[in-house]
Amino acid sequence: MSFTEPLDSRSCVLLRLGERRFALAAEQVAELVAPSRIFRFAHRTSQIDGVILRRGRVVAVCDLSEILTGKRLGMSRFYLIATRGRQSAMDWVALPVSGECELIQADLTPASPADSPHVAGWLSHDGEVIEVLNLNALTPGASAAPTESEAQA
Amino acid sequence: MRFKPAPTPKPLRTEQIILFRSSSQIFAISSGSVQEVRSVDSLAGAATGVTEPRVNKVRHAIRRGDRNLYVVNVALHFGLPPSSAALVFVLRKSRLALLVDGIEKMTTMTILQALPSAFCNEERQWYRGLTVLDQSVIPVVSPEGFLTRNELVLLDAVSATTLPPSRPVAGLEVNP
Repeated sequence: MSFTEPLDSRSCVLLRLGERRFALAAEQVAELVAPSRIFRFAHRTSQIDGVILRRGRVVAVCDLSEILTGKRLGMSRFYLIATRGRQSAMDWVALPVSGECELIQADLTPASPADSPHVAGWLSHDGEVIEVLNLNALTPGASAAPTESEAQA
Repeated sequence: MRFKPAPTPKPLRTEQIILFRSSSQIFAISSGSVQEVRSVDSLAGAATGVTEPRVNKVRHAIRRGDRNLYVVNVALHFGLPPSSAALVFVLRKSRLALLVDGIEKMTTMTILQALPSAFCNEERQWYRGLTVLDQSVIPVVSPEGFLTRNELVLLDAVSATTLPPSRPVAGLEVNP
């Protein structure tokens, strides 16, 4: 008897942080915007860079590159505005990214228990295996939403 | 045919605020929370030094009646570089005064947005929320966020024996 991991075809957005590419589930992505003025004020949440104003809403800017690549992004070309949490407590975060993003349809392999909490799954694209990110595990202050693998367990 | 009358616009809920500077950053505080604005010079004779290493943002206290009023250095509270403070805000219905660099302006806010939930540390106690003025985002401080009950107890313990009896001091009443 052979065992194959369940594949789930999903729309994902590929994003670039420095030299590496990551993916987010498309339903978590609100828009991709050009960098706008960032407002900084005193706070103690280290991953937060500041806030931007988007459609009258204050959105926290959360740089994931240091966690994911070990380097700060420096100059970002765009902000990917992503949603997290559940409908009752939906929240936006702006993720600085270093290049244009790409919407793709891909088969997702769920994360295994051995994967880091920030990995919601894996996809294969252009010969590259790419992490699908779990924003709730990566960004501060998120409600403890289950990861893809937990949700499917 | 009769048209429905246009709904009368609800009056905007507005709040008078003071924009103030501390270590080159701008903050807002509800003017209703501020009882007096005084110059630091006017404190010179009225304030007494307080040394409590666990609450090092408070270095002075003023005796008012039978209570101590603790002067919080706003720059130290927010972890900002030290700055030359020129004004003291004596807070209403509080045992606090705030040491700030200066007043930027008094204005009105119509929007107070909740702090995004990504901010998840002490800043949630520090700020009531964020307001947007002239396309800038300004944090609105929470008067209750400057000292905890435990910090007040610590300060009371060290200042009980050191503060002189109260004396009247002149100041500018913001909300008489």
